[in-house]
Amino acid sequence: MRRSTGLLFVAPALLLFGMFLLYPMLTAFSYSFFSWGGTARGGFVGLDNFVTLFTKPPFTTQVPRALLHNVLFFAGTMLIQNTVGLGIAFLLYRRNRTRRALQTLYAIPYLVSPIVIGYLWTLLLSPNFGPVNTLLGKIGLESLALPWLGDPDLAIWVVIAISVWQWIGFPVLLYGAALGGIPEELSEAARVDGAGHWDTFRRITFPLLVPAIGTVSVLTFIFAMEAFALPYAIGGSIGNPAGATDFMSLLFYRTAFDSGDPNAIGVSSALATLLFIVIFGGALAATSVLRRHEQKITA
Amino acid sequence: MSATEIRTRPSPPPVRPQRHRSVTKPVGGTIGSVALWTYAILALLPLVLMVTNSFRTNAELVTDPLGAPWPPNGQSYRVAWTDGSMARYFVNSLIITFGAVLVSTTVATMASYALARVKSRWFRGIEALFLSGLMMPIHLAILPIFYLFDALGLIDSRLGLILLYGASGVPFSIFVIATFFRQVPAELEEAAALDGANAWQTFVRIMLPLVRPAVVTVAVFRFVPIWNDFLFPLVLLRDETKYPLPVGLTKFFAENSANYSAIFAGLVITTIPLIVLFLLATRQIVAGLTAGMSK
Repeated sequence: MRRSTGLLFVAPALLLFGMFLLYPMLTAFSYSFFSWGGTARGGFVGLDNFVTLFTKPPFTTQVPRALLHNVLFFAGTMLIQNTVGLGIAFLLYRRNRTRRALQTLYAIPYLVSPIVIGYLWTLLLSPNFGPVNTLLGKIGLESLALPWLGDPDLAIWVVIAISVWQWIGFPVLLYGAALGGIPEELSEAARVDGAGHWDTFRRITFPLLVPAIGTVSVLTFIFAMEAFALPYAIGGSIGNPAGATDFMSLLFYRTAFDSGDPNAIGVSSALATLLFIVIFGGALAATSVLRRHEQKITA
Repeated sequence: MSATEIRTRPSPPPVRPQRHRSVTKPVGGTIGSVALWTYAILALLPLVLMVTNSFRTNAELVTDPLGAPWPPNGQSYRVAWTDGSMARYFVNSLIITFGAVLVSTTVATMASYALARVKSRWFRGIEALFLSGLMMPIHLAILPIFYLFDALGLIDSRLGLILLYGASGVPFSIFVIATFFRQVPAELEEAAALDGANAWQTFVRIMLPLVRPAVVTVAVFRFVPIWNDFLFPLVLLRDETKYPLPVGLTKFFAENSANYSAIFAGLVITTIPLIVLFLLATRQIVAGLTAGMSK
C-alpha cells in the first residue's frame, strides 16, 4: 500500500483520537495552572491551585482521607486477588473439563455495571430488610448482622470487599492464562526430583508468574486510583457515611461540579493532575521493577 | 496469552504420551473442586438474588427477605419499565453503545489495515501514538472534554457521547486488529491488485472477511465498558430523556428508595443485555479480557 493511500485509511481514526482523546488529555494539565472565574479562564497562577489543595480546608482533610481510601482499596484488592485469586487459578489449572466453565462463571460479575453492583449490595446489605442480615439472624449469628454500610469504621472495608467480589474473575482469568503458558516439563521435572505441589509452586511456578502478577498489579492500581461509579452508587458523591467511603474521583467530581467555588475548575484540575501523576508514576515504577525482574529470570 | 490466539479456534494441543496424564492430576483434588464450586455459588448468588427478588412484591421482600419468588410477580417490571422511564433509558443506552461501537470499530479497522501494511517510520510513530491511548486515564480529562463539547455544541447530545466513546475505543481496537492484519499474507492483496482492484476494494472484499474474528472480538468487548460507563453521561447530559441506563438508574433509585422490588427490576433491566451478550459471545469476551496480557 502506498503511504498516501494509507494516510486516507488512518485519517478518520487519527482525527477522532486526536480530537476527543489526545487533545483533552494534553490540555487537562494546563487548566490547573490558571485561575478560573466560573467558566472563564483568568491569568496564569503557576502552582497556586496545587498549593490550595495542600493548605486550604476542606482539602487539607479531604485530600489525604480520599487518597488513603484509594490506597486501602488498592492494597485490599491486591491482597485478596494475589491470595484467593491466585489460589483459585492454581486450583483450576489442569482441570481441563471444568476450567473454562468456572472461569466464565467467575467473570460474570466483572461485566455488570459498577452502579448496578453498588445498588445491588446496598439492598442486599440493608440492615433491616436485607437478605444477608436476615440469613445471619436465622443461623444464630445475630451479633454479626451489622449495619455494614452505615458504620463509618466498617464501610470502606465493605466497599473493598464488594469490589474484589466483582473484579476477581479478571485476575483468575489472567493468572490462568499465565499458568497455561508455563511449560509442563518444568514442574514435571521438579516432581520427578521429589518436589511436592507446594515446593513446585514456590520454586518453579511462582517465579514464572511474576510478570503476570505485575501486569495485574499495574491494571489494579489504575483501576483502584480511578474508582468512581461503585463508591458513587454506595455512598453518593460525598462518600457516606460521613466521608468514610470518599475517594479521589468523588472529591474531584464534587470540587469540579458541586462546590460553587468560582475557581472550581482550577482547583479540581490540580486535583486531576495530581491523580494523574500518582497513576502514571505508580504504573511506571511498577513496570520498571517488572522489567528488571524479567531480565533476572531470563538471564 | 497473546492477541494472536484470538484469530481462530485454538489448534488442538499436540497429543501427549499417555504417561503424562497420570502426573498432571488437578491440584487440590476433591476438596479443590468443592472449594471452586462453592466460590462459583458465592460469585453468582447475589446476581441470582437480584433476579429472584425482582419477581417478588415489595411487601414480600420486607416481611421475608429470604423467600422464594413464587408465584412470580411482574408488577415491579411495570413500575420500572414504564413509570420509572427505564424503557427510555434502555433505548438511549442501545443508541449510544451501538453507535460508539460502530464508529470505533470502523475507523480502527481501516487504520489497522494501513498501519499493518505501510512500511514507514511515520506510521510506526502514529501507531505508537494510538497505543499510548491504552494507558490514558481519559476520565480525568472530563473538564477539557466538557469545554470541547460546549464549543462544538455537543453538550446534552447522544451523538457527542458516541464520538467520545468511539475515540476512546480506538487504541484497544487498533491494538487487537492491527496484530491480526499482520498475520494475513500479502500475496492475497498482490493478486487482487493484479486483477485491477483498488485499495478500498481490496480492503472491503478481501481483507475484511479475513479479519472478521478480530473485529467481532473488539466490537463485543468494547460493548461492555460503554454500556456501563457512568461519569461521562452524568456530566455531559442534562436532559433526562437522553440518559442512558446507569445515570437513569441513579434517578430511579433516588425516586424509589423504599420500593426495593422495583429497584431490583431496574437493576435486572440494566444488566440483561450484557448477560445476553455474554452468553452469545463468551469466547470473544474472554479473549478480550486476556488480550492485554501480551503487552
